Amino acid sequence: MTFDWGFVGEAMPDLLTGLRYTVQATVLGYAVALVVGLLVAIVRRGAPPLVAGTVHWVMEFIRCTPLLVQLFFVFYVLPGVGIELSPLTAGVIGLGLHYAAYTAEVYRSGMEGVPRGQWEATRALSLPAHRVWLAVILPQAIRRVIPALGNYLIAMFKDTPLLFAITVPELLFEANQLGGQYFKYLETMTVVGLLFVVVSVPSAIAIRLLERRYAAV
Amino acid sequence: MNFFVDALPLYLNGARYTLLITVGGCALAFAIAMAVGILGSTRSAALRALASVYVEVFRGVAALVLMFWLFYAMPLLTGYRLEPVFAAILALGLNIGAYGAENVRGAIKAVPRSQYEATVALNLSWTQRMRLVVLPQAWAQMLPTFGNLVIELMKGSAVVSLIAVSDITFVAQQLRTFTGETVLAFAAALVTYFVIAQVFVALMRLAERSANRRLGRIPARPRRRAKPAGAAAKGGAA
Repeated sequence: MTFDWGFVGEAMPDLLTGLRYTVQATVLGYAVALVVGLLVAIVRRGAPPLVAGTVHWVMEFIRCTPLLVQLFFVFYVLPGVGIELSPLTAGVIGLGLHYAAYTAEVYRSGMEGVPRGQWEATRALSLPAHRVWLAVILPQAIRRVIPALGNYLIAMFKDTPLLFAITVPELLFEANQLGGQYFKYLETMTVVGLLFVVVSVPSAIAIRLLERRYAAV
Repeated sequence: MNFFVDALPLYLNGARYTLLITVGGCALAFAIAMAVGILGSTRSAALRALASVYVEVFRGVAALVLMFWLFYAMPLLTGYRLEPVFAAILALGLNIGAYGAENVRGAIKAVPRSQYEATVALNLSWTQRMRLVVLPQAWAQMLPTFGNLVIELMKGSAVVSLIAVSDITFVAQQLRTFTGETVLAFAAALVTYFVIAQVFVALMRLAERSANRRLGRIPARPRRRAKPAGAAAKGGAA
């Protein structure tokens, strides 16, 4: 069996359509993860111990269980309680919540890096809560965790093939379908693997550059 | 309640596969991580380049894509069909091994320079240096990250349900189809995974403690901050 380059050319348009879904899911899911993760981190810092503790364990649970099962859960359970979701929406919610558990930890470490004096200063100036967070703590905390957050963007991109399991027509889904149709798994799967490397290696290099820029704060 | 009584044996059976793949994958990933990580910390530029190509490629490809490639594409290329469980172990091991290699390399680099200089002064061979001085210290450093990777691998093992290995996720899918108990089926699967993860977390914590004790480091207590940080951090009893 030889590698059929002609078929790769023919399959490319479909694969690129799949890649569009992959990128879409990554970007939307990442937006969810950034926002929810930040809220979680703030709640864990500011809320009463019982709430903060509950949130902590929920996040621990999310981090210790497979994303795939969580995706199934969102995809099959939410429609059962009357919330109709497209596969892509379910995927974005699943990805976003899973990674929120990770980004929350990143934000937390960033907040811990903000010197005590800054907190005390907000107290001394009796700033209102939203000013404490938006004007003082977050600008300092987020700046130093930008590279770590970027790493999770790449990680999330590499987890999007799981959406294949809940019928999102992303890259792997297209490849699998084309492979099955023409029995050309070798070509399609190899191209998918290469596309992933092509996207994630340059982004890893970009993250390293970011690290160099923001590390020395 | 009835659901759980009936389903428990199925989940336990599924957990056997999940554990098998996790343990197998960890063994492979560990071997790769050590080999590639040590290569990545040698002085030869060629070996280092080799290690970093491995790391970038296998970190860049998603484990699921790798598994599909091994399972669907490789038989067409070689004519040899892998067992699904073996394909999964291979894919996860290669993927997590790449992350582990970076961890090993980082930990070896973090061993203080003076330790290397001491081994040179004592005229130790490369093997002696690694075995007696560098690795025991790097080991304590790399364990926490290894712990995270074990959990990642355990979670990653869920993808084998997509190539019809009857692990926990597969069992949950089947129960959903046959009983219609969607919430229970997946909730039970999630709890099973969580319990397994907690067991691994506890085991890794034990390993960390024993590694630190062997280096003569007392398990870190927040109260002991009287000594200057530099003196306390790397005290070796040996």
